[in-house]
Amino acid sequence: MGSFFKPVMSPEEAVKDIPDGATIMVGGFNIGGVPYTLIEALLQHGVKDLTLICNDTAYEDVGHGKLIANGQVKKVIASHIGLNKVTQKLYNEGKLDVEFVPQGTLAERIRAGGFGLGGVLTPTGLGTLAEEGKQVLEINGKRYILELPLRADFALIKAKKADRMGNLYYWGNARNFNPLMAFAADVVIAEVEELVEVGEIDPNDVHTPGILVDRIVLSRR
Amino acid sequence: MLIGISEVEAKVRIAKRIAREFKDGDVVNLGIGIPSLVSDYIPEGVRVIFHTENGMLGAGPKAREDEGTPDIIGAGGVKITVLPGGSFFSSDISFGLIRGGHIDVTVLGALEVDEEGNLANWMIPGKLIPGMGGAMDLVTGARKVFVATLHTVKGRPKIVKRCSLPLTGKRVVNKIFTELAVFEVTPEGLLLKEIAPEVDVSSLKRVTEPDFKIEEPLKIMEV
Repeated sequence: MGSFFKPVMSPEEAVKDIPDGATIMVGGFNIGGVPYTLIEALLQHGVKDLTLICNDTAYEDVGHGKLIANGQVKKVIASHIGLNKVTQKLYNEGKLDVEFVPQGTLAERIRAGGFGLGGVLTPTGLGTLAEEGKQVLEINGKRYILELPLRADFALIKAKKADRMGNLYYWGNARNFNPLMAFAADVVIAEVEELVEVGEIDPNDVHTPGILVDRIVLSRR
Repeated sequence: MLIGISEVEAKVRIAKRIAREFKDGDVVNLGIGIPSLVSDYIPEGVRVIFHTENGMLGAGPKAREDEGTPDIIGAGGVKITVLPGGSFFSSDISFGLIRGGHIDVTVLGALEVDEEGNLANWMIPGKLIPGMGGAMDLVTGARKVFVATLHTVKGRPKIVKRCSLPLTGKRVVNKIFTELAVFEVTPEGLLLKEIAPEVDVSSLKRVTEPDFKIEEPLKIMEV
């Protein structure tokens, strides 16, 4: 959106307009596909009261888990927090709000937010705490939970490669939530290991169309 | 332990027994804990396609120290390999495979499992709340749900009449594998299919909370 070529920024510059209280999506699953360089910039930036939408809160000393350990997050929407001791501790002490979402439902809620859908109907979570407070609909004799879309102000995602138009190519199973989050935020910041000229990524291999990406940052790892 | 084997031996026994359940070409998702051991014991001649929830089919063994990459990991975060014919995809597709009924079997651990096939394995209120991760989707969408668990922990049965912990899924479990027995969950309750060679039915009943029916003839578990 905006320009034909996407701005290539330093990590610090790319995250500096993320305000206190912002909702951010961060890609990754455990140690894979996490935008580590952007997270380091956010730690330095010191932004507070973030709502963090992510699959898991990584580890207290790894990736976006550090944002929680650093006291920059007030709410987490995730499927798993078990590997981050600080998330567990703050949650148990009532100092951090955590909304648990089954992983497949999290993916679909983000997809709905980015794809212009009003929600999704899923059987996942029926008869469990995941059903509580939600509308259940019966369709053709089967019961489904109505799950609502998720969107964010900023998405911090990680890919292997970008071209100057922002077209992204992922590698391995580090793709995970990144392509979905590219649809579901007002500003999408892509951290990549390699930046190439337009045309160097075969159109067949573009996993995220460049029009979804607003800023490109080179990984420092 | 009731039968004088170590906890590790008991876990390996469970993994080996589950590994014999699969058919050539089955698509299988393994949870963390005992389930993650199952892939080491697949019988020769059976080709199982392993799915990992973070976005891969054709998951192979653990990567060598010098070859592993954080860009190819199992659901537990361990660096693994991809086998020829494997594929990578995003989380929506991964869970579309799960929820859409395209995974033949998922093997999961349990905090509690009960006679109705209810499973609790994602939280202990006030104590340990890791989150459900992909488990609620797996029990909902996989064609068969196997539970792998030690029969007792600190003398307390893991197979209970009714789960007291928050559920991962309601009436979702098909089979339960422990070091002492194999049970099938039927609409009438548990059916004992196999028993370990070291125990008899009456001693099994003492460490299993609900009543169960016994299949005739009762098989002795191959160990």
